[in-house]
Amino acid sequence: MKSLIRIMAVLRKEFLQLSRDRLTFGMIVGIPLMQLLMFGYAINTDVRNLTAAYADEADTHLSRQFIADIAASQVINLGRRVETVQDLNRLMDAGAISIGVYVPEDFDRRIIERDRPAVQLLVDGTDPIILGVAQQLTALPIRFDSQTALTPVPSMEVRNYYNPERRSAVNIVPGLVGVILTMTMVMFTSVAIVREKERGNMELLINTPIKTPELMLGKIIPYVLIGLIQLVIVLGMGRYFFKVPILGSYSQLLSASLVFIGANLSLGLLLSTLAKTQFQAMQMAFFVFLPSILLSGFMFPFDGMPPIAQYIAELLPLTHFNRLIRGIILRGADISSMWDELLALLAFMVITLTLAIARFSKRLD
Amino acid sequence: MNSTAIAISATGLTRKFGSLIAVNEVDLEIPAGTIYGFLGPNGSGKSTTIRMLCGLLTPSAGTATVLGMDTVKESEALKQHIGYMTQRFALFEDLTVRENLRFISEVYALPRAKRRARVDQLLEEFSLVAQVKQRAGTLSGGQKQRLALAAATLHEPKILFLDEPTSAVDPQNRRDFWEKLFEMAERGTTILVSTHYMDEAARCHRLAILDEGVKVADGSPKALGENIAYNVIEVVADNPNSARLSLADNPAFTSITQLGVRLRVLVPKQVPDALEQVRSNLRQAQVRAEADQVFPDLEDIFMAVTEERRKGLAI
Repeated sequence: MKSLIRIMAVLRKEFLQLSRDRLTFGMIVGIPLMQLLMFGYAINTDVRNLTAAYADEADTHLSRQFIADIAASQVINLGRRVETVQDLNRLMDAGAISIGVYVPEDFDRRIIERDRPAVQLLVDGTDPIILGVAQQLTALPIRFDSQTALTPVPSMEVRNYYNPERRSAVNIVPGLVGVILTMTMVMFTSVAIVREKERGNMELLINTPIKTPELMLGKIIPYVLIGLIQLVIVLGMGRYFFKVPILGSYSQLLSASLVFIGANLSLGLLLSTLAKTQFQAMQMAFFVFLPSILLSGFMFPFDGMPPIAQYIAELLPLTHFNRLIRGIILRGADISSMWDELLALLAFMVITLTLAIARFSKRLD
Repeated sequence: MNSTAIAISATGLTRKFGSLIAVNEVDLEIPAGTIYGFLGPNGSGKSTTIRMLCGLLTPSAGTATVLGMDTVKESEALKQHIGYMTQRFALFEDLTVRENLRFISEVYALPRAKRRARVDQLLEEFSLVAQVKQRAGTLSGGQKQRLALAAATLHEPKILFLDEPTSAVDPQNRRDFWEKLFEMAERGTTILVSTHYMDEAARCHRLAILDEGVKVADGSPKALGENIAYNVIEVVADNPNSARLSLADNPAFTSITQLGVRLRVLVPKQVPDALEQVRSNLRQAQVRAEADQVFPDLEDIFMAVTEERRKGLAI
């Protein structure tokens, strides 16, 4: 009973303080909105309109038609025509173009004899995405205006599951839920506790009969609620702006999110027992945040990473949550088919929370 | 409460921070219901000692019992019975006066029916009624101090630890504050207060003088004055500077402190005719001044005991 009174006291105090801290309040709503719009609109792996130039040394009827075909694909923007391949090199060096199309003098002969490729694509390979686009272009068939449409039958056909329109947002929005929760939950809790150390409130608190788990629970619960608000914002906006559907069950989505929020809050508490100043707490949060965003499968497919990166990624809550939430939201998967991911999150939460309570001392030494 | 009961006792209390010895083998025996002062300059170990007695810091050596409870093993049980007012304002600046007190009343889990009544009573008692809705961060120094004291006494502790409670308030507020402390002591509360103000220390029933973590003297202010190994000669001169110069060469005088037009000269008690020596020095230098032997005040005592200790260390 006394425990409950004390937990409620801390809870009430946290809510009062939160409601008066406009910047934090703004972050709670602002960060999800900003990230959602930025990632949703700006990040697009389906690239179009790359700046390009071409040198058509053949200048035949056939080569002109070929150039027109490429331009029509809209993958590259064939802005300029230059005379020689050296001109293309110069433009590439200057960074003015990412792709150069070189049509050699004997273009027509090469097409007919088919002994070697008829056209060369000069690609700025520093960006792998551009290289990927170039690969796409090589598949473009060259048509003759005569009846001999020698379109080869491809050996494989792609069937696109879950995202038939190939929209990046479909993948990014669910991933963003986890990224935003990682960023805000870890940072808010660790900063909230360290701030009380810095302001001297902690010396008063630890001299009262309040027990460590009571203090921690009272601090955590308001942020669970904030986490859920962020979840609703991201998924709601994702649905409204980017038409990302939620195929799975809401209750499973909620349970997965709650466990994930708990894991991040526990981590935040643990960091707060290590940091002495708010600035240190922020720095530590970044050490969690960066690997999370880069290795969790949010930015790059997990399977493509080297084994060492995969090991690290398995330790991060976000990796497991990304699999859970993408499964539930995009594939309509049942949580029972991913119980190991949920278990990993639970284990992470229990371990970090235990460590945090053990490390938090009601003493100053 | 039995007036002869010991509220706080410590033996060989020591705390080290790395190679620094912040508190060095301090022994204490503080009777219940007294106002006990810790007098010492900044860094003399006052705060560290208080924190050890509250159970917030673990002693590197030695033990302390407060209300019969061990400060290390029984620190949690102890917290229900002690109040601690930190040196720095530790309440929540973004909460109002009432919200702060309400929070404290809930953290100490006062019975629901008593909470509001107790908070109202404290607001009245500490003249904070007009400020109930004001955020604590915007209060004046004196108001903050009253709020902090109200919070520290909300659960009616038997012992109150006050760490330099009056460092940020004006003289009128300090006087009111001390009146509060006397009232509480009369009601049986034991109060341990640290200060570097001599006038405040003089109000304590008993006090300990701390210097570089060592307790160099303790007792009632009067007993301390009687027991020091020095006579105090006060010199009043029109030109205190020349009076000072005329006395500076005499190796028998331990220290000369100037206070406006007055000089206070500490002379070891074993020096015979101290007053005569001062007068003759003044006459030789043809300085017009009056010299008299006076009862040592706290500043003299402080000078004397720290001087004794330095001498001891030098040997």
